[in-house]
Amino acid sequence: MTNVVEVQGLSRRFGGTLALDGVDFCATQGLVHGLVGVNGAGKTTLIKHLLGLLRPTSGTVRVLGLDPVRDPVNVLRRVGYLSEHREMPEWMRVAELLRYTQAYYPSWDMGYARELLDTFGLDPTKRVGGLSQGMRAQTGLVLAVAHRPDVLILDEPSSGLDAVVRQDILDAIVRTVADDGRTVIFSSHLLDEVERMSDRVTMIHRGKIALDGMRDEVCGAHHVTQLRFAERLDRLPQIDGVLAASGGARSWSVVHAGPVERLRDAAARAGGDVSESRNATLEEIFVARVGRGTRAEAA
Amino acid sequence: MDIKINLADGVPLYKQIVNQIRYMVASGVLAVGDELPPIRALALQIKVTPNTIVKAYDELQAAGVLVKRHGSGTFVSDVGPSRLATRERRRIIEERIDALLTEARHLNVSLDDLFNAIRRRHALIAAKTGMDKASGEE
Repeated sequence: MTNVVEVQGLSRRFGGTLALDGVDFCATQGLVHGLVGVNGAGKTTLIKHLLGLLRPTSGTVRVLGLDPVRDPVNVLRRVGYLSEHREMPEWMRVAELLRYTQAYYPSWDMGYARELLDTFGLDPTKRVGGLSQGMRAQTGLVLAVAHRPDVLILDEPSSGLDAVVRQDILDAIVRTVADDGRTVIFSSHLLDEVERMSDRVTMIHRGKIALDGMRDEVCGAHHVTQLRFAERLDRLPQIDGVLAASGGARSWSVVHAGPVERLRDAAARAGGDVSESRNATLEEIFVARVGRGTRAEAA
Repeated sequence: MDIKINLADGVPLYKQIVNQIRYMVASGVLAVGDELPPIRALALQIKVTPNTIVKAYDELQAAGVLVKRHGSGTFVSDVGPSRLATRERRRIIEERIDALLTEARHLNVSLDDLFNAIRRRHALIAAKTGMDKASGEE
């Protein structure tokens, strides 16, 4: 499998703040990559490095084998990008905006762009300034995919959108990957969306990669397990791999990494038993791994 | 094809698709030679990545449930379909029985009590469906 994006040891400092700290990240051709993290974790900063909009303080970034800072033209030609801000010239009509954008891309497919406008029910004679949030996102999506990019990058594409437009965006992700094996990288705070729509998941926390792997493996390596104890416990004994625990007395629910057998052995030593266990959802893993730290920070 | 994904199950998404297609074959909803939706169409319909569908179809093919015909599509296999259905029916029922037994153990319900409860429920449901049929015929 070919890596279309390779980031090694990427650090980025803004003044006294280390926004990215030794980040390694790869995107494999033909896969959908989900990027998750709380606001300010470093998702957008990482994406801006892929687009050559930011220069690394240290480390290397390669997109399609090229350095996006040194060779932005050849990188951006083959990359599609949609951000949550959806900045577009307000005075242009949609059709004008398409023709204007077409000029930058040799591979622009106007037939495909019109087909998408049609699917979305967008009026090409409308001015950008008069579009609703949802229509702006749909227009931005057309601009991001009409040159049939090798890599489609979406930064919080669903932010502030209703279910119908969110669905348009997810459909565009499926089409991009299903048609001749192109690659998608998308960041989202909607963890159920990422769990559904990612082959690979990367969790960023405080500028570092907290977790990275194929979705099925990440979810398969974490469990939510119910423990029952003979005696009432005020506190769960220290058990390796346990990331979060809730409940109390004789009945506890824990989110943990690693095999259930290990937890069963540890619980047995404390007079307990496993009553039920299943794979954790991405949301449960996320809250267990980074949620508590965030709350402590806010407090 | 009616496939439902439930993230809260904790069952890998491809496995949920595998289980539901197996169920459809076992229950006759999918018959021998029926064509399955193309990968892209099913991915769009149930809102998962195309690779998730590929993984599910691959596993079903390896298990002999589906066959891929080069250049045409994916079909329900005609290799021993009745044997497959019997095996699947047994597997599905055993899964439910295991869950029921676990629950009974946690609630300290004896095996005899469980058997009696099953018979009682069976009689109740049989009487009710009998009544529905009778009122439907009026």
